[in-house]
Amino acid sequence: MTTTVLPRVTYVNVKTTVASWLLTKDHKRIGILYLGLVAVAFLLGGIFAAAVRIELTTPQGDLLSADSYNRMFTAHGVMMVFFVLIPVVPGILGNFVMPLMIGAKDVAFPRLNLLSWYLLVIGFLFTIAALVSGGVDTGWTFYTPYSSLASNSNVVMTGLGIFIAGFSSILTGLNFMVTIHRMRAPGMTWFRLPLFVWALYATALVQILGTPIIAITLLMLVLERVLGFGIFDPRLGGDPVLFQHLFWFYSHPAVYIMILPPMGVISEVITCFSRKNVFGYSFVAFSSLAIAVFGFLVWAHHLFVAGISPYSAMVFSFLSFAVAIPSAVKTFNWTATLYQGAIWLQTPIWWAFGFLGLFLVGGLTGLFLASLGLDVHLHDTYFVVAHFHFIMVGGAIMGFFAGLHYWWPKMTGRMYNEFLSRFAAILVFVGFPLTFGPQFILGYLGMPRRYHVYPDEFQVLNVLSSAGASILAVGYTLIALYLLFSLWKGEKAGANPWKATGLEWQTESPPPPDNFAVTPIVTEGAYEYSKREIKVA
Amino acid sequence: MLSGIPLFPLQASNLAPEVDNLYFFVTAVTAFFALIVIIGVLVFTIKYRDGTGNRVGAPITGSIPLELGWSIIPFFISMGIFGWATLVFFHLVRAPDQTLEIYSTGKRWMWRFQHIDGKSEINQLHVPLGRPVKVIFTSEDVLHSLYIPSFRVKADAIPGRYSSIWFTPTRVGEYHLFCAEYCGTRHSGMIGSVVVMEPNDYQAWLSGGGSSMSMAARGEELFQQLGCVGCHLNDGSGRGPSLVGKYGAQETLATGATVVIDDTYIRESILTPQMKLVAGYGPVMPTFQGVVNEQSLMSLIEFIKSLPASGQRPAAAQASAAAGTTAPPAQGGPR
Amino acid sequence: MPDGLAAHADLHGHAHDPALQHHFQTLDQQHEAATLGMWVFLVTEVMFFGGLLMAYLIYRIWYPEAWAEGSEELSIALGGFNTVVLITSSLTMALGVRSAQTGTPRATVKWLLITIALGLTFLVVKFFEYKEKWDLNHIPGPNFIFEGRPDLAPHLEIFYSLYFGLTGLHALHMVVGVSILSVVAWMAYRRRFTPNWYTPVEISGLYWHFVDVVWIFLFPLLYLVDRARQVS
Repeated sequence: MTTTVLPRVTYVNVKTTVASWLLTKDHKRIGILYLGLVAVAFLLGGIFAAAVRIELTTPQGDLLSADSYNRMFTAHGVMMVFFVLIPVVPGILGNFVMPLMIGAKDVAFPRLNLLSWYLLVIGFLFTIAALVSGGVDTGWTFYTPYSSLASNSNVVMTGLGIFIAGFSSILTGLNFMVTIHRMRAPGMTWFRLPLFVWALYATALVQILGTPIIAITLLMLVLERVLGFGIFDPRLGGDPVLFQHLFWFYSHPAVYIMILPPMGVISEVITCFSRKNVFGYSFVAFSSLAIAVFGFLVWAHHLFVAGISPYSAMVFSFLSFAVAIPSAVKTFNWTATLYQGAIWLQTPIWWAFGFLGLFLVGGLTGLFLASLGLDVHLHDTYFVVAHFHFIMVGGAIMGFFAGLHYWWPKMTGRMYNEFLSRFAAILVFVGFPLTFGPQFILGYLGMPRRYHVYPDEFQVLNVLSSAGASILAVGYTLIALYLLFSLWKGEKAGANPWKATGLEWQTESPPPPDNFAVTPIVTEGAYEYSKREIKVA
Repeated sequence: MLSGIPLFPLQASNLAPEVDNLYFFVTAVTAFFALIVIIGVLVFTIKYRDGTGNRVGAPITGSIPLELGWSIIPFFISMGIFGWATLVFFHLVRAPDQTLEIYSTGKRWMWRFQHIDGKSEINQLHVPLGRPVKVIFTSEDVLHSLYIPSFRVKADAIPGRYSSIWFTPTRVGEYHLFCAEYCGTRHSGMIGSVVVMEPNDYQAWLSGGGSSMSMAARGEELFQQLGCVGCHLNDGSGRGPSLVGKYGAQETLATGATVVIDDTYIRESILTPQMKLVAGYGPVMPTFQGVVNEQSLMSLIEFIKSLPASGQRPAAAQASAAAGTTAPPAQGGPR
Repeated sequence: MPDGLAAHADLHGHAHDPALQHHFQTLDQQHEAATLGMWVFLVTEVMFFGGLLMAYLIYRIWYPEAWAEGSEELSIALGGFNTVVLITSSLTMALGVRSAQTGTPRATVKWLLITIALGLTFLVVKFFEYKEKWDLNHIPGPNFIFEGRPDLAPHLEIFYSLYFGLTGLHALHMVVGVSILSVVAWMAYRRRFTPNWYTPVEISGLYWHFVDVVWIFLFPLLYLVDRARQVS
């Protein structure tokens, strides 16, 4: 008599039609849908960046016309900010892993979750339509009166695309917040939550409170352009700087939406690969909340030279220094976690180290910009460009890759090639400082942002920067290739290849549709490596 | 070849050294903390590495003294930087009382500079060595930003408002001038240079190139042509207040609020006269929106500035001296 | 409903209320999640209107005279009537939630329909108000004219931009609210609600009350600026 073993049912093979993916309510599938969308957006944003960097290898405007160049850097900014950086960690890793981490079957509102993805798709399509039909040339910041009165590009279409994408972010934040409040497994108290969940909660706060402001601001801009409303029109007594206040009231907290989740990833990766509890759990958890709250109080540091009173500038400068402290605290805590750990150097922790070094430099260079006396000189120069790329790419994107490499076996049931993954990490670690390091120097020299042509003496530094960018491009492409390859030929992964704590590792890889056969009951904190026996995969 | 690659901007104004000193300090602090963390990570990783992944780390969960230490110490260092930076900032934004004033407007895509003696230049700004200069400017269309890296000064040009920067040039030479707020197609073409000259050379340049009316004289001319002189009688008996000696003074409005008569107030009063009426006067002044352009506004402001404290008849020549310039009286042709 | 429960038990091998979604453990948890979700959503709506209100606040401080003129031009009678209509609709909505809570579907449908009718009344009045603005050329844009105070026209244009922005956004929310209530009324008519589960009625009630509260802010801010001055 033969016995047939049925293949294990996972969230992947439970149903394989296209419709079952596009109409899914499963948070894991939605995470994969986000991965696909964000990957496409990253590719596009990268192509726009390539055009910009290639143009900037020479001082003259020989590759692109001025108008094309302006549309190119705007497209790069819009695509990367709204369709990569904002959704990347919450949409992909947050969706996939967070319900598993808290022992839930799904998020609180699965259909709303799918709607979030569709809203991002629709916003993306609007934006692509705007780009394809002539582009937009205002910069991703859309400052008035240029964007409201002077630009003859597709401001309205792009504005609407971002408006729609904003609701994707709002609904994700709402969903995660309710999930974390109401769907934790028995015994999963707040202080037993993994720090990634704290990070997502703090992020949700910002998404909920901040994003509606950019929505209404863009709506006001659209009304200015389409109907001739005069809220920002100086000829009517309107204040163009009011736009800046409203814009940055969201867009500054937005950068904390971009960095808090990757910080959460780093907490997970460093604890796992040091085999050790995090140093100062409550300090790291509360720092996330502090960053979210303080992040709302600093927006006018983008307006130091825009005519605000020196006294209000002082207040915002002070608060901008204050918001740096919780990030510093986290960095010290992660470093201290390594002390007397048992450090297992796998790819995820390589990315975490890259994060630590680059986020550190990026964050510290924020102090230069928070310093009033220096910001006058540095505002709107390449120093600012370098600063935010260090944090966004060196920090957020590296944090994302740390998480992607960490949870890849859980998501796909496969391991990737460790040699190639380390090689790609090295390429990125070399390419990145080469791309953005020279830009600090260019900035202090006085090279302004958004310049299509520039004085000859800035060329060498620009060439170095573009050379670094090409190395980055190779590194990122390599990552996409070996990850895709692993789906086909990668070694099969068990439930817990990293021997990690955490509920997500207590179920199979890939997980079954309902996550857990039996609802887990939690009896200890998140990182009790030293107390218990690690289950080997 | 390598020596031709600039890595640090020239210091060409009195403000540059103090900005740079602050920069070096913050760089040192940054380097210090970056090194601590990077070295910490490297040392711990090497010392505590485990190739198997099977051992576990020590059961350490935290240390309140350490947490407090590395929160409080960075906080105080930040406050130190904040304090120093704020002092530098106030020096950057508060011009001294006596400055050589130059007006400017930015518009897509050029900068126009107007010296008060009447000379104007496009995309180039001549200034004398060693004297404090204040550039008062606005935009005629969208946001721009006047940026002179070698002087370490910058301020946005906002339509409908006046901004200013000030500096004392300390080095003869020619320095970049950039627009630093994205303004459309030729944003990166909206550049020029600041030419710092020895005082004698500057005088020679100023007086060369044919006579032109000083700004204050031009303003006086407009004041007559546009009919302002009809209501704004000097003795205060007209339908509008006297403007003599009013620049910089405090005035009470009809609403009871007080306001300082500055460039912005004068500009607003010419374009939207009903908004901030002086107490005791009715809303009879017509608007000149569309009648005067930015250059004319600046000339009128310069004229009003030149009106001395009450008791003297206004004269552009006397006014030039009062304003602290050394330009010879503009009336009377070439000198 | 016993039948539904039994049928559900047959299908799944366990018995629970058919209204319980599978990712929740209990109906209670599901209900609490839904209400928390709606409250969080309303917070986002506060921030959404907040941006426009910020712009309103700044310009009102700068241009008080234009604000007074513009506000006086609005019809306090129509605005007041609309305020009474909306407040009443909140009452009928609350009665609708109560009916659902007590398992009286016919009353639920009745109260919901009355609420919808009151909401539509509000929108009709709003339409007439907007039409009047159109006729007087008070719509901001290239054709804006304000006879009577041409010197204040630029600032009045900003006032009216914010008037249309705020009331237009509010009206949009009313339309969405009426649509949602129509769906919920249909569900009530089809006897979907029990005292154990009437969450859609409750959370759409929350939304409706919010839209009402927004109007209670907008009415004085737009219609009652400096009215005391004009009485004398």
